[in-house]
Amino acid sequence: MKAPPFEYARATSLAEACELLRRYGDEAKLIAGGQSLVPMMAMRLLRPAWLIDINEIAALKFVAVESEVVRTGACARQAVLERDATIGVRMPLLKQALAWVGHVQTRNRGTAGGSLAHADPSAELPLVAQVLGAGMLLRSAKGARKIAAEEFFTGPMSTAMAPDECLEEVHWPLWQERRTGSEFTELSARHGDFAMVSAAAQIALDSEGRCVRAALGLGGVGITPLAFPGLTARLVGTRLGENDFEQLAREAAAQCDPGSDLHASAAYRRHVAGVLAARALRAAHGRAESVQ
Amino acid sequence: MTETLNAITVEVNGVPRTARVPARLSLVDWLRDELRLTGTHVGCEHGVCGACSILLDGEPIRSCLLYAVQADGHRVTTVEGLAQPDGSLSVLQDSFCEAHGLQCGYCTSGLLIAAQALLDANPHPSDAQIREAIGGNLCRCTGYQQVVEAIRLAAERGAGKITP
Ligand code: FES
Ligand code: FES
Repeated sequence: MKAPPFEYARATSLAEACELLRRYGDEAKLIAGGQSLVPMMAMRLLRPAWLIDINEIAALKFVAVESEVVRTGACARQAVLERDATIGVRMPLLKQALAWVGHVQTRNRGTAGGSLAHADPSAELPLVAQVLGAGMLLRSAKGARKIAAEEFFTGPMSTAMAPDECLEEVHWPLWQERRTGSEFTELSARHGDFAMVSAAAQIALDSEGRCVRAALGLGGVGITPLAFPGLTARLVGTRLGENDFEQLAREAAAQCDPGSDLHASAAYRRHVAGVLAARALRAAHGRAESVQ
Repeated sequence: MTETLNAITVEVNGVPRTARVPARLSLVDWLRDELRLTGTHVGCEHGVCGACSILLDGEPIRSCLLYAVQADGHRVTTVEGLAQPDGSLSVLQDSFCEAHGLQCGYCTSGLLIAAQALLDANPHPSDAQIREAIGGNLCRCTGYQQVVEAIRLAAERGAGKITP
């Protein structure tokens, strides 16, 4: 047995999970899909005294596409979101990102909420949450609160959640503009591996082809996934072309703060960030343009 | 310190199996070491290689990333469960032999599970869909080409219908 010893509790409701968290606090870890947590425990990077299993809480597995947001329960599996036809049409960025998340076997078990709570700065779903400005509904025995992705991600593998809080729902905002296009792309050693750098873009155009809204994000090049609202705001009201994509990508890459490791140097990551950002913007724009 | 034992009942290849397990026992270790179902292999033990793939309630997952206690009340199918009732090879397994879809065999049980799950959901996959379905299974021997051929052959032979 590779993991250190722990006690196991299977929560049957969110209230029970919150009560267990209140009782055990930072002695406890919630387990959703376990696709990151179990390896970390196998390597003994984590030694929780209690594991609170939320996989049997049916109420945390829903997917609801509403007019302004897609609401997903924290324990909705990645494979379920990937197969959801309405998400594919209304929120293609999420579907595009999911195609890069691990493999069939890990997406069948892994959850979107778990990926956000794990907050790996190179992971795909936190980047989508950051780019779209998703809202996180957090719950504890004391009550609920909602915070934006921007405040939620505080550093590598860290979030603004208190030890007694759990993620209950994620609210992914839907853009209302009909001519909206998006793209997710990344570079990794092999498909499904951790991304060295990832990029996500979404652009909306008016009927004349002028940009009415744009978002860009980069993953793996900072302590959290990064979004660039200051840069993309400049695109609004203009007709976008190749120079805009290149220029914006260069400026975004210059704002990144990537690290160096065995796989890639900081300089290489920054270079790739610029290349991928331009590709993502170009493809998102092309998709928006193709909507008549 | 003695570890708490958790009582579990898991339906494994159609048969309910009960046990008392420490929480940290992985599903793959329970299957192999206690139930002696050694067809499921264990390589990396942290979710990278896919050798430990099994079906949980019909969906392929990595059994090194699930604690046995979490499988309580669920249904597990291992590679042993793919064979026909008389013990002879399934269409998919036979196709792996026919097309030389294996050499050392270490990855094979995981690939068979991934491939059977694909064929169950999609009896006539394209090569791209086959490659996507086995993308999480590492093989250090075959170069994957014959594995893809084996799955294609199995699809032609109608392997999509026989899983329990
Ligand atoms: S042993 Fe489970 S993925 Fe390698
Ligand atoms: S046959 Fe040897 S690892 Fe695949």
